Amino acid sequence: MEGSLNAIGYGLAAIGPGIGIGIMIGKAVEAMARQPEAAGMVRTNMFIGIAIIEALALLGFVLAFALGGG
Amino acid sequence: MTALLAAVEYGGDFTLPEVGELFNFPAFGPLGINRAIVLIFIATFFAGLLFVLAFSNAKIIPGKLQLVAEAIVEFIREQIVLQIIGPDGLKFVPLLVTMFMFIWFNNLLEITPFVNFPTTSRIALPIFLAAISYVLFVFLGFRHHGMGYLKDVAFPPGVPKGIYVLLTPIELVSTFVLRPFTLAIRLFANMVAGHILLTIVFLAIHAFLALKFPGIIVGVLTFAVSPLAVGFELFIASLQAYIFVILTAVYISGALHPEH
Repeated sequence: MEGSLNAIGYGLAAIGPGIGIGIMIGKAVEAMARQPEAAGMVRTNMFIGIAIIEALALLGFVLAFALGGG
Repeated sequence: MTALLAAVEYGGDFTLPEVGELFNFPAFGPLGINRAIVLIFIATFFAGLLFVLAFSNAKIIPGKLQLVAEAIVEFIREQIVLQIIGPDGLKFVPLLVTMFMFIWFNNLLEITPFVNFPTTSRIALPIFLAAISYVLFVFLGFRHHGMGYLKDVAFPPGVPKGIYVLLTPIELVSTFVLRPFTLAIRLFANMVAGHILLTIVFLAIHAFLALKFPGIIVGVLTFAVSPLAVGFELFIASLQAYIFVILTAVYISGALHPEH
């Protein structure tokens, strides 16, 4: 069976952050809709959350290429 | 390039270069000056030029260039430092503005037309920037609280006593090991992923536009959609600069007054 294990690894690594960011941004939009005055603060914290969660997804992407793929 | 790709249909051979070739350049000067170093100097030159020109004849009622530079400084001062660290963080505004401009201009090199190479995708640059943030917040923590800083990090208050067995190693590793590592890797990985994405999109345009009828439709469609990819990379480049600076501010705030 041919193929690249790196790509499978990256695919598996992208499941968790995908779900996580989806939940987080959904909650952020809900919070901004409930209280529009707090939208600025919610947006700032949302970006911080995106950064931390996305680091994991991108780690998977880069390592899939750097450690022997491509 | 297009001729090479067109020849593939008739049996010519065209091998894609390795991913490493997208990021490694040969040195052509003393001290290992290569294309990436020249690009860093160019980005820094333009970032510095903007501020020098804007504030050389500073007036009370700002002219247009001064407005732009003042907007950037005010954005970092109001939205990042004052909101996150508070009034005693004002002495960090110059550092954060410098970091923001440096990272932002180096990231913007990814989409400038004849360059298309983000210098922050060479791991040394994010490592160095993350090292600056790391040394800064650790130094601030120890200077403000002495050895009590370690105790504040390892034993956050307001937690039932038994949980400390589990929480303390997690907190220590998360603060002293993971923070600089993820700061560097986040910036690096975002830029590498963006560069690979843009390379694939542009290469696909060339490859498909060299084909005959059915393939060329894909080429035209990709060409029509490529501004979206470039726009997305512009957004990601600016966002990564903003996130680096705001996370540095959060870490400084955590060192200056832990647990608020």
